[in-house]
Amino acid sequence: MAYPMYEVDWSVLPPEQNRRFNPAFNIATIKQVVNEAIERVAPVSVRMPTPTRLRDLIRQIRAARTAAEERSVVNKECAYIRSTFREEDSVWRCRNIAKLLYIHMLGYPAHFGQLECLKLIASPRFTDKRVGYLGAMLLLDERQDVHLLITNCLKNDLNSNTQFVVGLALCTLGAIASPEMARDLASEVERLIKSPNAYIKKKAALCAFRIIRRVPDLMEMFLPATRSLLTEKNHGVLITGVTLITEMCENSPDTLNHFKKESGQREIVPNLVRILKNLILAGYSPEHDVSGVSDPFLQVKILRLLRILGKNDAEASEAMNDILAQVATNTETSKNVGNTILYETVLSIMDIKSESSLRVLAVNILGRFLLNNDKNIRYVALNTLLRTVHVDTSAVQRHRTTILECLKDPDISIRRRAMELSFALVNGQNIRGMMKELLAFLERSDAEFKAHCSSAVVLAAERYAPSDKWHLDTLFKVLLKAGNYLRDDTVSSTIQIISSAATERQAYGAMRLWTSLEQSAVSGLATEKQPLIQVAAWTIGEYGDLLVSEASSAISMVDEDGVDDFVRPTEEYVIDIYQKLLWSTQLSISTKEFLLLSLAKLSTRFTTQASQEKIRVIIDTFGSHIHIELQQRGVELSQLFRQYGHLRPALLERMPAMEPVAAPHREEQELDLSDTSPDHTKPDQDALLDLINGSDSLTNGDVEHQPEQIATTNNNTSSNDILDLLSGLDLTPSAAATLTARATSQLHTLTDFLFQAAVPKKIQLDMMSPSGTTLSPQGEITQVLKVTNPTKTPLRLRIRVSYNIDGTPVLEQTEINNFPADLFN
Amino acid sequence: MMQFMLLFSRQGKLRLQKWYVAHPDKLKKKITRELITTVLARKPKMCSFLEWKDVKVVYKRYASLYFCCAMEQEDNELLTLELIHRYVELLDKYFGSVCELDIIFNFEKAYFILDELVLGGELQETSKKNVLKAIAAQDLLQEDLNDGLLH
Repeated sequence: MAYPMYEVDWSVLPPEQNRRFNPAFNIATIKQVVNEAIERVAPVSVRMPTPTRLRDLIRQIRAARTAAEERSVVNKECAYIRSTFREEDSVWRCRNIAKLLYIHMLGYPAHFGQLECLKLIASPRFTDKRVGYLGAMLLLDERQDVHLLITNCLKNDLNSNTQFVVGLALCTLGAIASPEMARDLASEVERLIKSPNAYIKKKAALCAFRIIRRVPDLMEMFLPATRSLLTEKNHGVLITGVTLITEMCENSPDTLNHFKKESGQREIVPNLVRILKNLILAGYSPEHDVSGVSDPFLQVKILRLLRILGKNDAEASEAMNDILAQVATNTETSKNVGNTILYETVLSIMDIKSESSLRVLAVNILGRFLLNNDKNIRYVALNTLLRTVHVDTSAVQRHRTTILECLKDPDISIRRRAMELSFALVNGQNIRGMMKELLAFLERSDAEFKAHCSSAVVLAAERYAPSDKWHLDTLFKVLLKAGNYLRDDTVSSTIQIISSAATERQAYGAMRLWTSLEQSAVSGLATEKQPLIQVAAWTIGEYGDLLVSEASSAISMVDEDGVDDFVRPTEEYVIDIYQKLLWSTQLSISTKEFLLLSLAKLSTRFTTQASQEKIRVIIDTFGSHIHIELQQRGVELSQLFRQYGHLRPALLERMPAMEPVAAPHREEQELDLSDTSPDHTKPDQDALLDLINGSDSLTNGDVEHQPEQIATTNNNTSSNDILDLLSGLDLTPSAAATLTARATSQLHTLTDFLFQAAVPKKIQLDMMSPSGTTLSPQGEITQVLKVTNPTKTPLRLRIRVSYNIDGTPVLEQTEINNFPADLFN
Repeated sequence: MMQFMLLFSRQGKLRLQKWYVAHPDKLKKKITRELITTVLARKPKMCSFLEWKDVKVVYKRYASLYFCCAMEQEDNELLTLELIHRYVELLDKYFGSVCELDIIFNFEKAYFILDELVLGGELQETSKKNVLKAIAAQDLLQEDLNDGLLH
């Protein structure tokens, strides 16, 4: 475009060249003209305006009043930054990336900046490298492909002449090394550990530590370089050296031994002891002092390494005994830093093979910690005591009172640890006192504790109960306080304990539980205590007669607080309470099931007609209950008041004592009897059961096997019969055998004689019809059994015999398993 | 070893995050969010340590900023408190009576200082003087060559 020129005669010029007639000739257009000219002509770096300064961007973002406003500022800046990526010129790159990192910290995506970081790292400028490496550490994680591209830059920078550049590279490598990167650059790092420059040495040592963490196999190559680290004076090198050696020792026990074996000046335990001693005894060193303690960080690291070296090693532990005692007694405890060192010392003493006096010292330190005002110290003490309580139980017992005090601490983590510790300390002697505190704790504890605490209490009560009464009382208290958080099996185990207790205890239980039940029903809190309701329902159902009888006043109901709040109820009142609970809308179905059945049992325990009538009415209403389970029970139990009224007493009579469920032995798993029966031999029944095996029909390859005596006690003299069962073995070549069972009787007549047998699952048994069912004196019954055993499983036979002698039914059962091994060859 | 360090304000805004373990970005965000919520919910009377997932979290509040470190199970919690205190002292010395705004506007400097104190999750220098000397020297290097480019 031509510059406007001054002509004598304006009217001669065409309009576009006549500036007098150009309406747009003003400052704005001049600016535009100038800009466009510059655009064409001027160099790149002058063309763009300088990017926003970092702090201006931060101000802008902070000034945004809404999230949307902030987002728009951020988006605009991100778009701008992205557009600058195309440029070759790197002048402002570090500023732009710095802005991007700020945006990233706010939570916005910034992955598009990764490659830019790479460019920054590759730049020779120190600022660029600093920001570039920072960006790499923040934006790049191992999963990115760009990650590997840094490796080359890192390699170059690790060889730089400027120590700070080397430092940046080591720092980045330590933070984000992937296994591949670690392998590539390990040798560089190893070289740098040997550098005379302490600044580089310490960073390289920690970098090596990280490499070993990521790729444990690379540890070997760093071993030689580590040797000299402990002889340095520089604390930075010392602490990083100790860290590296600690990691190596934890990595492999061989390395641990390797370090211990070095002798002379390099011997590690004396070396560490020496360093530690110097730290403690040296005067005030301003450079490393923290509140009067000289370099606590290094002291703690050394103590930790000593711990690892002394573990399971008596000799090493011996060498460090003195210094540990010295540290434990001389450290100032007024500030946190002193307690830090004491804490680490205690941990070390506990882990190594220290003398008992040292251990007692350690536990006492922990005891002092427990009394400290600082809650952090208390927490740490409880934690450590928890770890060592099983080893030094007696020493910890001394601090039991303090620990019980911690149950009332406002901090929940401290309470939890105090609880676990208390349970670990419970034993036969202190159970009564501890249980009191623990039950109080249970009552006021939060939901998350209640389940755990109640199970632990039940367990402890079971193991250490000093008396039955105490045991029952404790269980009742737990039911009362733990509410619905109780574990399900507590209900059944409590019921089992009551059922096998003495009659007096059962009455006591019924009375105690009645009080709780009545209070819960009246106060409306029954929904919170359903396990209690269930146990109470069962107990009252079983022992309701004892509850309402006059004899109950003979049993003392004074509890340990001296309170006796038992009021003997009338039958009518009991039924009323039951009705209230049964009709409550908030009890669970299973609780109501307990209550319903218990009510039915009460109809046989209570004697008055009015009670029975009332019970019948209530049960009848359940016949139309909306829940099918309750409806079914209602209907069936109603029948017991009508046509089957005569069965009711027998059906609902008192249960016998239940045996605790031991872990079922399942050796006999494969046997399938058509009707299951208990595994143990019947102790009562009398007759000897002999299996006399003769082989009646021997065929080829037959084997005779010895008669087997099965001993059962013959204590009932009324039946003098000896029942003989003869069985013959019949071998056929095809994995099958025929047994003949023969029964004879000497004196009596046996009627309804039934012989049943069962074999392991893999074997098939076919029983033919017996020759008869009545065994007369001197008579016999035979029955043929065909056994097929394709898998050649060893044969075991379980036999049951039932018959009637003079109208009395007899049942006998046993097992035979010493058939010859080659029976089914 | 330190797994990560977070600095955040009482409103839950993140001011600094340093990770020494490799997690995908999404996971880092999730952890950050959850941890910030958990720590801010703690009452003043509670102790400075909490067990969280499988790490031990040690936190301390300085004015309006929470300093939060996640350590591994074998680490000494009380020592971590000392480490946090050391970092705050360094920031204080560097910025001259440091406040949250200093860390907001000079976050990259806060990172640089942290990188001179902790490397790979472990302490690298126990002398305050040496850390500050190193930082000052690097700042000089930056300024000599690149005046005003960053800020």
